[in-house]
Amino acid sequence: MVAAGAERMKLLVIEDDREAAAYIAKGLSESGYVVDCAADGREGLFMATSGAYDALIVDRMLPQMDGLALIAALRSAEIRTPVLILSALGAVDDRVKGLRAGGDDYLTKPFAFAELLARLEALLRRGTGGAATTKLKVGDLEMDLLARTVTRSGHELDLLPREFRLLEFLMRHAGQVVTRTMLLENVWDYHFDPQTNVIDVHISRLRQKIDKGFAKPLLHTVRGAGYQLRAE
Amino acid sequence: MTRLLRTNAFRMAALYLALFAASVLALLAFIYFSMAGFIEQQAEATIRAEMRGLREQYDQRGLTGLVEVVQARSAAPRGNSLYLITDPALAPVVGNLDGWPPNRDVRPSWITFAVESPAHNGEIDNVVASVSVLPGGFHLLVGRDLRDADAFRRRITTTLGWAALLTLALGVAGGLFMTRNMLARVEAVNRTSARIIRGDLSQRVPLTGSGDEFDQLADNLNAMLDQIERLMLGMRQVTDNIAHDLRTPLARLRARLEVTLLERPDVNRYGEALRETIAEADRLLGTFNALLSIAEAEAGARRENMAVVDLAAIARSVAELYEPVADEKGLAFTVEAEPGIAVQGDRHLLSQAVANLLDNALKYTPEGGVNLTLRRAGNLIRLEVADTGPGVPADRRESVFDRFVRLEGSRSTPGNGLGLSLVRAVAKLHGGEVWLEDNTPGLKAILTLPAADSPALPRTRAAA
Repeated sequence: MVAAGAERMKLLVIEDDREAAAYIAKGLSESGYVVDCAADGREGLFMATSGAYDALIVDRMLPQMDGLALIAALRSAEIRTPVLILSALGAVDDRVKGLRAGGDDYLTKPFAFAELLARLEALLRRGTGGAATTKLKVGDLEMDLLARTVTRSGHELDLLPREFRLLEFLMRHAGQVVTRTMLLENVWDYHFDPQTNVIDVHISRLRQKIDKGFAKPLLHTVRGAGYQLRAE
Repeated sequence: MTRLLRTNAFRMAALYLALFAASVLALLAFIYFSMAGFIEQQAEATIRAEMRGLREQYDQRGLTGLVEVVQARSAAPRGNSLYLITDPALAPVVGNLDGWPPNRDVRPSWITFAVESPAHNGEIDNVVASVSVLPGGFHLLVGRDLRDADAFRRRITTTLGWAALLTLALGVAGGLFMTRNMLARVEAVNRTSARIIRGDLSQRVPLTGSGDEFDQLADNLNAMLDQIERLMLGMRQVTDNIAHDLRTPLARLRARLEVTLLERPDVNRYGEALRETIAEADRLLGTFNALLSIAEAEAGARRENMAVVDLAAIARSVAELYEPVADEKGLAFTVEAEPGIAVQGDRHLLSQAVANLLDNALKYTPEGGVNLTLRRAGNLIRLEVADTGPGVPADRRESVFDRFVRLEGSRSTPGNGLGLSLVRAVAKLHGGEVWLEDNTPGLKAILTLPAADSPALPRTRAAA
């Protein structure tokens, strides 16, 4: 999943539960990241201040220094490293507090490792896109954000507004695994778990529109994780 | 008694008594002074009239005439009037006074002095008198004793004194009575509280039915206790449910792992078992999260997130999320929402409640359609989700709102039996209600919420 050959991304996991930290570190190393761990807030802040990391994974409740305080301290020191907050507190307002403190994403414990990976990847790539993009392109699929049109191989596709936003999110994260929860949060702004798997139905509809009649499918299902839009 | 002194009620009664006593005393003082003044004025008026009469006598008949008149008047047994004519050296000439009152002014003026009363065994009378100087240096004194006036004054003083005492006594008695009365009612609240603290949460503060402040207080306390009891019951239910409904899947999960370990080692079989275990764990977590959301909504912990939200927009957004699901099942799905329906609420919870209602309707309707309507009826917002599914028997329409309750026929459908419980918790949190009706055929779920501009909004209704 991580670009091979390129310099490997460095991550810092700040988590006081050793077992959880070891599990996260192991999973991330196996996915190709270089991982350091810090067991308390002060040590974590000290290590993070070096600025040597591409992203931080911060537990919200830490000894010595609370996770949110740590993030706030980093941000006030002008350190913009992306932060993924892990927390056992899952209510919407806890989330809002976390993001307000300067976190970039929020993941409630316990989580599926695939979810952590997908969100991390989204965070790591976020900086590169450039904010003023007006056109997105994945293979022969093109999206014009200004005209709000989508074409594949030059044929215009007729998308409903929500399908357009769903596809936009997938295209912005092209090549990355995007989970159902990420879609629900980012495309619909819902933070609950609908019992029926509605996202799957939306994806299969979108797939009908963008992949049907084309030899090479673009929208793939990643088993046990979510979806991926990729060209190759 | 010391407790009594420390009570607010007693302090209020004492303060009231003090104010009341001060007012009564001021009133009595006013009466006293105006009455006493009136008697003195009357005496002075009489003296003035007599003096004027005697001066006329003098003018007409000279000193001799005056002396005669005075002598005549003094001869009668001494009444209230006192007369004295003296020569320039203040030696008495005629009159019923033995001599010029010592150390009193001899110039024309008003004087007061005391004199022995021969008619009353030498008791001392106060006298007010007018002095006039006649040509030739003779002095004329006309006075009136104030015996009656003093007696009257004494009578008034005594009466007023008794009145003051009576006021005080009545005030103290009334204050004590009032205090004790109030204390008794506060005491009733205290007694109930003590019993509740000891563990009997079913106790309620008795009402007198008068509807006064104490009754209102008791009523509010009782409402609070009802709420606490409901929450406690909810907590107990959650605990029971967790014990019941989470232990079963946990046992299953554990059994699966154990059985897998007993089998011959096989990577594929192990992988399969682990995947199944993760799926089971995820379902458990889902259930756990749903339980927490319900508990949170029931506790009203998220009330601070309440804002005025557009329920029509929320409903439409959720409907849009579920529309493809209906489409895929071949169900007709219609949404009729009046635009701009505002409620005071938590957007996330309301979205989830509407989602749960739609989820149920779509899940249990094999064919036909689902219809979502949203409209305003007076101060209430009414959201209806109607389907053409098998419906719910009338006697189960309440119990399906309880946690983990699922109908027999629905066991095969995915779900944790918590969807409607959450809807009810959300409805209650927003001061609304939710219930099920027959859609003939099918089921109709009705969620009512107070409109954002409804006057009944601030206090969440304690719905049963």
